[in-house]
Amino acid sequence: MRNKMFKSALALALLAAGATSALAAGAEEDFKTAYAAAESANKEAGKLRNQWTTTASTLAAAKKAADAGDFDKATASAKEAEALAKASIFQATSERTRWKEMEIR
Amino acid sequence: MKLRSAICLTSAALALAVLTLAGTLPAGATDKIDPVADAKAFQKFFTDKFPKVKFEDFVNGPYSMNEDLHRQWQEKEQFPPYEFSLEMGKEMFSKPFKNGTSYEDCFPNKGIGIRQNYPYFDEKEGKVITLELALNRCREANGEPPFSYVKDEMAALTAYMAFTSRGKPMDIKIPNDPRALEAFQNGKEYFYTRRGQLNFSCATCHVQSPGERIRAEILAPALGIMNAMPIYRSEWSGMGTTSRRFTTCNSQIRAVPLNPQDDEYRNVEYYLSYVSNGLPISGPGARP
Repeated sequence: MRNKMFKSALALALLAAGATSALAAGAEEDFKTAYAAAESANKEAGKLRNQWTTTASTLAAAKKAADAGDFDKATASAKEAEALAKASIFQATSERTRWKEMEIR
Repeated sequence: MKLRSAICLTSAALALAVLTLAGTLPAGATDKIDPVADAKAFQKFFTDKFPKVKFEDFVNGPYSMNEDLHRQWQEKEQFPPYEFSLEMGKEMFSKPFKNGTSYEDCFPNKGIGIRQNYPYFDEKEGKVITLELALNRCREANGEPPFSYVKDEMAALTAYMAFTSRGKPMDIKIPNDPRALEAFQNGKEYFYTRRGQLNFSCATCHVQSPGERIRAEILAPALGIMNAMPIYRSEWSGMGTTSRRFTTCNSQIRAVPLNPQDDEYRNVEYYLSYVSNGLPISGPGARP
C-alpha cells in the first residue's frame, strides 16, 4: 500500500515538473517569436534610416530579462520594442510627404 | 471609326505613361527646385520674425535672441573658451605630415580664409564635400589616419580654418548640375523631416521655436547656425564639430544618429549653409 502511494506521489511530482518545464519552454518560445518580430521591424526602420534609440534600449531590456530567465518580462519588452519600431516605420513613411507642411516658402 | 479608336487608345496609353512616371518620381520631385527662392524665403522668415535682430547677428545663435545672454556672450568673448582649440588647430595646421606635405597643400589659398566656401558640390564625385570630410581626405591622401569627426582634433582644425575666414560672408555655390540640386533638395527634406520618438525635425527647434527655452537652453535660429561652427559648448565642456552637433541633435530627440558624414548630414549642411549665404562666418563660436 505504502509502495503504491509512493509511486503515485512520484508520478505526480514528475508530471508537475514536466508541466512546469513545458510552460517554461512555451514562455521561452513566445519570447523568441516576439523578439524576432521586434528585431525584424527595427531592421525595416533601419532601411528607412529612421531607427529610434528607445527601440534599441527596449530590445536590450528584453534580452537582459530573457538572459535572467524572466521570459514574461522579456516577452512584454520585446512586444513593446516591436510597437516602437512599427511607430518609427509609420513616421518615416508618413514624413515622406508631411515634411512639406513645415517648409518655409 | 478606326482612326477614332486609334486616337482613344493612344491618349489612354499616354495618360497611363504620365501617371506611371508621376508614381515613380520621389515626393516633391514634381516641384521645381529653386535654391535662390528658398534662401530668400528662409532669410525673410527670420528677419520678419525677429525684426529687432540685426541681419549679421543671427550667426550668434541664442545670443542674438536674448539681450541678457548677448551681454554675457560679449563678456565671454574677452577670454573665449575656444581659444585653446584655436591654438591647437593653428599648430596642427602648419605641422607637416610624415611625408613632408601639410594641410596647406590640400586646399586652395593654402587653406586660409576659405571656410565660407564649404561645403561645396564636387561635380566629379557627384556629392557634397564638407570641410571636415576634406580635412580627413587630406590626411588619408598623405598617409595619415583620419581623425574622429566628433572629437577635439577635428574641432581644432576647423576652428582655426573658420577663424581665418571670420567676417567673410558665407558663399556656397550650387552648380548647374541636377545632382547638386538634388543634394540641396535632399538636405532640405532632411531638415524638415520629423524623426525620433519625440517626433521632432531640425525645424521644430530652429524654425518654429528659436528664442524659446527648451529646458535651460535658448534655441538658436536656423539662419546662420552653420556660420558659427565649430563651437565650444559649456554643456559639453568642450569643443564640438558640425558632425557632433548633428549626431547629438538626433540622439536628443531619440533618433539613432547616422554615421558622421553620411550623405544625409552632408546634404543638410549644404542646404543650411546655402540658405545662410551672405551672413558672416563667426566660428569658432561659444554656446551655453
